[in-house]
Amino acid sequence: MEYFLQQLINGVTLGSIYGLIAIGYTMVYGIIGMINFAHGEIFMIGSFIALAVFLALAALGITFLPIVLLLMVIVAMICTAAWGWTIERVAYRPLRGSFRLAPLITAIGMSIFLQNFVQVTQGARVKPLPPQIQGGITLMDSPNGIVVQLSYIQIIIIAMTIVLMTAFSLIISKTSLGRQQRACEQDRKMASLLGVNVDRTISLTFVMGAALAAVAGMMFLLYYGVIDFYIGFIAGVKAFTAAVLGGIGSLPGAMLGGLAIGLIETFWQGYFSVEYKDVAAFSILAIVLIFLPSGLLGRPEVEKV
Amino acid sequence: MTDTTSSASANRPEGAERLSEERRDAMRGEPPFAEAPSDDSRLVRALKEAAITAGLVALLTVFFFLFRTDIAVGGLALTLDPALWIIAVAIAFVGRFLLTYFVFAGEKPTIGGWKKVASTAARWPIGKALGIVLLAIAFTLPFLLAIFLPSQNRYLLDLAILILTYVMLGWGLNIVVGLAGLLDLGYVAFYAVGAYSFALLATNFDLGFWVCLPMAGLFAALWGIVLGFPVLRLRGDYLAIVTLAFGEIIRVVLLNWSDFTGGPNGLLGIPKPTLFGLEFSRGEGSFSDFFGLDYSSTQRFVFLYYIILALALLTNFVTMRMRKLPVGRAWEALREDEIACRSLGINTVNVKLTAFATGAMFGGFAGSFFATRQGFISPESFTFIESAIILAIVVLGGLGSQLGVAIAAVVMIGGIELLRNLTFLQAIFGAGFDPTQYRMLIFGLAMVLIMVWKPRGLVSTRSPSAVYKEKKAIGGDLVAQGEGH
Repeated sequence: MEYFLQQLINGVTLGSIYGLIAIGYTMVYGIIGMINFAHGEIFMIGSFIALAVFLALAALGITFLPIVLLLMVIVAMICTAAWGWTIERVAYRPLRGSFRLAPLITAIGMSIFLQNFVQVTQGARVKPLPPQIQGGITLMDSPNGIVVQLSYIQIIIIAMTIVLMTAFSLIISKTSLGRQQRACEQDRKMASLLGVNVDRTISLTFVMGAALAAVAGMMFLLYYGVIDFYIGFIAGVKAFTAAVLGGIGSLPGAMLGGLAIGLIETFWQGYFSVEYKDVAAFSILAIVLIFLPSGLLGRPEVEKV
Repeated sequence: MTDTTSSASANRPEGAERLSEERRDAMRGEPPFAEAPSDDSRLVRALKEAAITAGLVALLTVFFFLFRTDIAVGGLALTLDPALWIIAVAIAFVGRFLLTYFVFAGEKPTIGGWKKVASTAARWPIGKALGIVLLAIAFTLPFLLAIFLPSQNRYLLDLAILILTYVMLGWGLNIVVGLAGLLDLGYVAFYAVGAYSFALLATNFDLGFWVCLPMAGLFAALWGIVLGFPVLRLRGDYLAIVTLAFGEIIRVVLLNWSDFTGGPNGLLGIPKPTLFGLEFSRGEGSFSDFFGLDYSSTQRFVFLYYIILALALLTNFVTMRMRKLPVGRAWEALREDEIACRSLGINTVNVKLTAFATGAMFGGFAGSFFATRQGFISPESFTFIESAIILAIVVLGGLGSQLGVAIAAVVMIGGIELLRNLTFLQAIFGAGFDPTQYRMLIFGLAMVLIMVWKPRGLVSTRSPSAVYKEKKAIGGDLVAQGEGH
């Protein structure tokens, strides 16, 4: 029981990170119908920027943790959003209106480029960061020695995910930007006829997705304490899996899918084997898609002739 | 409904119809959101844009060029490199300024916009001639190399074998992506299945290359069916992610099932192919001994070269013939419009499965060739990047175009190999400059640039196999290929 609870907490934490990345995939897919393969790399860039900010602040002598974290989040979000904007502008916008595989190839190209760019500029070696936020709340202390602990970093990750999710849901459902995004999602041509600046809306979607990925990257850095230039690929694939599992194009679906993938992975790791945790996550994806072809919360596709 | 509109139009004032037509014309497509023309002079505008670009580049690269995190004694250390950062920003500023001031001098460039449909002029004779020339070169390459470049003979032959492997993989994937329009991101899985089944059969049962080759192909095709059966009902992008996931699953299983696959250490001692039992080695009963030639290690390379050339041409031949069969026609029809196919009574699942299995089979052939060429395989050779490269070859070559795929494979794989040898750059950037580091960086960038430059691939015009009445070349822009649903 205690073990189960601990795994549950770990799974939710991991799922939160996946969910935040998955939102970027699902928003972009919803609005322009392409798989943004470079999104995992955006996440990786976010975590590298967060690390650099942390070290720069440490060099300046600022060590008060709340301020450090706040600055890390803000700077990482801004810089990563700039990357997201640039990638869209350089690699995807010229191909808008082209056939579907074209932006996918540029996305893969961008992903290769970004991985190697970071490898060249920051070195290929793993960057360890000693844990900054220690301690936690002991929820249960059973006599047989198994302790269920909810660490502060886990609380921060889960709370931040909830806050960001709420904020972005509100942006999508209440603001005029969100309305424009939903309009573009349904019919880009019609939206543009009604005065929505489609290019700007799409750019902002990339910016929002990248900002969320930056937060995910920073939390990954703080939680695991180890990053390298390759983390983007596997996290990206998992997050995309999460987005598909939840029903691509659906924001709550992305979060739900993220949680599901996080939990599956953690429980598999905890009860069966570490090696095959990815296999488990992907197999569940395949099974779900066979029986629920549009994901958990996705709308079934209406085929138009 | 039609009555009311016609009566309403009858009541309209003169010229109203023309007006509405003009309006409709104006609204066709997405309206351009051109920014209001500014009053600034060209110089000021160019300076402004340059400043914006420089600012953006500064923001993008500040944590990558200016700051560099290094592992130091007590954890991580931050080193500053302001020179690099300032140079990058300055290049961005000057470059953008020159571009805006001189190249985009007049109006703002329209991005995307409406491109002219590719001309319907018959470009096929050129393609055919080029194909024949390439084929002739391919057939005589080992001799050409031996005559003209004897010093680098081995290396260039090896490179040619590598390129041909990718040509074959590209042609195999072309069946799935280019003809049937199914987006497969895990093609390397079948390559891996082929390689491992050959290696395992050969090492465990002591079978030779020629016996194992068809078996490896069949195994790969079987896997294609096993994987394809449940997922081919899915829409295009779901198919993409499931195939990607499958590729990863295969790799993870190969990596962890140590008893069977050797795990990360891979499999060693895979036998070399023989020519009707003649081995390419020194001594009694070998190829050189039988024909009374002097032994030379190049002979084996030439032999391997012709094997992969034959395999690749087999792939091409089968594809071309399949396109003339009902099933091939069905693939192409499926790519264009799945709903129409279903309405016409085509069993889409079966048609997709045959495409998937055929593509997988050729992937398996290529895999077993890879295994016998290397003599050693490990899961490292079958990562997602391989799938991405093969897909890039297919798409950059022009979907469905056999010649385009071959050209793209030569350009991409040859290009990667060329980048390995850019040692002369060390003279410019100093001794610490390692060109191999920048290999994949440039590769990724080239993928983006080629795609933006030619979104339809290098050979973007192709003719459908089945034509009604007269034969026409279809401009790539008209075809909604690769929809996959």
